[in-house]
Amino acid sequence: MAFTMESCNCIDPQWPADELLMKYQYISDFFIALAYFSIPLELIYFVKKSAVFPYRWVLVQFGAFIVLCGATHLINLWTFTTHSKTVAIVMTTAKVLTAAVSCATALMLVHIIPDLLSVKTREMFLKNKAAELDREMGLILTQEETGRHVRMLTHEIRSTLDRHTILKTTLVELGRTLALEECALWMPTRTGLELQLSYTLRQQNPVGYTVPIHLPVINQVFSSNHAVKISPNSPVARLRPLPGKYMPGEVVAVRVPLLHLSNFQIDDWPELSTKRYALMILMLPSDSARQWHDHELDLVEVVADQVAVALSHAAILEESMRARDLLMEQNVALDLARREAETAVRARNDFLAVMNHEMRTPMHAIIALSSLLQETELTPEQRLMVETILKSSYLLDTLINDVLDLSKLEDGSLQLDIGTFNLHSIFKEVLNLIKPVASVKKLSVTLNLVQDLPVYAVGDEKRLMQTVLNVVGNAVKFSKEGSISITAFVAKPDCLRDSRAPDFFPVPSDDHFYLRVQVKDSGSGISPQDIPKLFTKFSQTQSLATRNSGGSGLGLAICKRFVNLMEGHIWLDSEGPGKGCTAIFIVKLGIRRLSNESKFPFAPKVSANHGLTNFPGLKVLLMDNNGVSRTVTRGLLVHLGCEVTTVGLSEECLRVVSHEHQVVFLDVCAPGVDGYELAVAIHEKFTVRHEKPLIVALTGDTDEVTKENCARVGINGVIMKPVSVDKMRSILAELLEHRVLY
Amino acid sequence: MDGVVQLQKQLVDYIASLFHEGFLDEQFNQLQQLQDESNPDFVVEVVSLFFEDSERLLNELAKALEQKTIDFRKVDAHVHQFKGSSSSIGAHRVQKVCIAFRNYCEEQNVEGCLKCLQQVKHEYSLVRNKLETLFQLEKQIIAAGGSLPAT
Repeated sequence: MAFTMESCNCIDPQWPADELLMKYQYISDFFIALAYFSIPLELIYFVKKSAVFPYRWVLVQFGAFIVLCGATHLINLWTFTTHSKTVAIVMTTAKVLTAAVSCATALMLVHIIPDLLSVKTREMFLKNKAAELDREMGLILTQEETGRHVRMLTHEIRSTLDRHTILKTTLVELGRTLALEECALWMPTRTGLELQLSYTLRQQNPVGYTVPIHLPVINQVFSSNHAVKISPNSPVARLRPLPGKYMPGEVVAVRVPLLHLSNFQIDDWPELSTKRYALMILMLPSDSARQWHDHELDLVEVVADQVAVALSHAAILEESMRARDLLMEQNVALDLARREAETAVRARNDFLAVMNHEMRTPMHAIIALSSLLQETELTPEQRLMVETILKSSYLLDTLINDVLDLSKLEDGSLQLDIGTFNLHSIFKEVLNLIKPVASVKKLSVTLNLVQDLPVYAVGDEKRLMQTVLNVVGNAVKFSKEGSISITAFVAKPDCLRDSRAPDFFPVPSDDHFYLRVQVKDSGSGISPQDIPKLFTKFSQTQSLATRNSGGSGLGLAICKRFVNLMEGHIWLDSEGPGKGCTAIFIVKLGIRRLSNESKFPFAPKVSANHGLTNFPGLKVLLMDNNGVSRTVTRGLLVHLGCEVTTVGLSEECLRVVSHEHQVVFLDVCAPGVDGYELAVAIHEKFTVRHEKPLIVALTGDTDEVTKENCARVGINGVIMKPVSVDKMRSILAELLEHRVLY
Repeated sequence: MDGVVQLQKQLVDYIASLFHEGFLDEQFNQLQQLQDESNPDFVVEVVSLFFEDSERLLNELAKALEQKTIDFRKVDAHVHQFKGSSSSIGAHRVQKVCIAFRNYCEEQNVEGCLKCLQQVKHEYSLVRNKLETLFQLEKQIIAAGGSLPAT
């Protein structure tokens, strides 16, 4: 018994070991051990489960401590009864180990527990932070929403170009976005001295409140481009009557620049003091603790700018619409005017056509019957009269045509009928036509055709005749007595320029010459200031002497137009009433080119005897020193219709020959006369090719030597004397066509 | 009327005889053709001119051939003229003599020239008479109210 009692240092039991108590101890120890063993298991299990546990080492320690304690209590189970020494040793070892580990653990816990505690602190801190971030997030979301509102607002404002809609939309949207109680816009009046309440959000029809523009609060707002908080009691903010006591919400005012079209610039608001502004008032709801936040103020400023831009656009659009409407109106008016003008022109043309027709019918009767009369047996005097009637009728017919032409002349659509005609015969015919009238009035008419005036010219014969006749007719018409002189000559370049026609620049050339016709009368004259009026249509100078003269007044106007078409000029000179008058006109006519004319379409007065060709007006020069043969040859040429100039000597021949002589006949066989030398001299005299006359040699003998000699000196043909009419005719024809005859 | 017709027939015959005898040639016809309403006296004018010219030339020729030393060039010139004018009016026989005359001038044959001068004088006076008679006849016809026959 001593071995168990002494080695276990147990309390000496006074009473005998109660079995019940022993049993309870035994069971408790068992359970303790069990618990002690299961705790680490649990710990291990759960730690293994959790990924993050920084104190594994502590856990191991703690696990060891628990396990050893459990072991101790377990071993206790054996010590209730007698036990061997081994058990005692095991027990002791277990206890020693346990003691060591517990102490180590206790020491370790000193470190660990503060750490564990601080984890808790951090957790608190993070929670707070999270709460704060949530709050801020909420704020940002609000702001973003506000930004969206701004964009939408801007879009709404800018989507319309109607002024009223813009402003109304602005107020509505702002009110919605910022949950405003009231939003109002004050516009400057036309005078610029007052602001008038123009638009409000809640009130339907704002009565025209006005405030003077120079209030300090208004100046304050206008001087800065930011939204400014103002007092709710200022005149601009008192928009509705205050019902009893309530706390009005904060008010903010911002300026809205009203831009003129001319200074509209997108990114640069010029800071001019003369700028006009409107005032926008925004009121937060009353009785709420809401305050204006910065982001809301920014929103308001942005909106104010956008509104300004939108208003400018609206103004521009209005302006352009107005301009377009104006243009449309003008277009309509112009169209109407054009149609009216066209109608008038058509009416005039119709009238002219009808009148034309009415006038032509009797004209045709006259012309037809006169022609028939011409075919019958008439005495020479009667024939002359009938011819004059016919000529006058033709002229009248032409005049009728020209009344219609006058309208064409004004359109510029009249064209001249160009052809070759006999210039001299025009004047002679005019003279014939005018002589009866002139002789009745006892006026003497003289015609002077200057030597170098070409017989033939290229131009509009009919209209030139008309012009001459008109001018001469006027001279006769307006003279009661005295004389009329008609002069026609070729105008030289230096005398073509006239101070009365400063813009008339005639340019002489090889193909054209300028015909100048002067008709001087000793009649009633015209005062110089009336002269320009004469050339306008339908005007007549109202002097007693002329009142009875009749006439439509078209004459000179038509003449002027014809003359202009012929690239010429017409004017009148008069020293005054009673001092007579000189009418002068210059026209451009073409020179007839012989090489173009192989046939002569004109043959005035062809006798029945003659054959096909005659050479009317062909200017020839005949040089023969034998009087008889000269006379005979001359007669021959005259018989063929030529205009012959005769000379007997070579010097005289050289002197007389001019560019108007188209053929020169030289007698080359007379002794003492060197026809060849003469031919050479003639060639040298005319350097311009088309002025050189064709030279024909008349000779008694035509042998080869003579022919060669002639050809050498440039003689175009050789004829043997005497020559018959037929021979001469064919010779001339061939010569003029081919320019050579051998 | 009868008288006129007779005169006209006489004229025609006379002209025919002149042609036949060689006093006039084709050229005279040409002259007659050149006479028309605008030139009614053409033939008479030309012939008168011929007479004047011929008188002058014959005088010149006579003078020239009377010289001691005959200037044949001058003589030739005159003869040439005379030849030209006579051929122009169709005085055929005169023209023929002139041609011969010129040959003698070239040869400087005084005898020949003088002979020719005589001949040409003779022929000239002959044709002159004939033409004057012709013109007389024409005048008579016109005076009687007739018209000259067309040639």
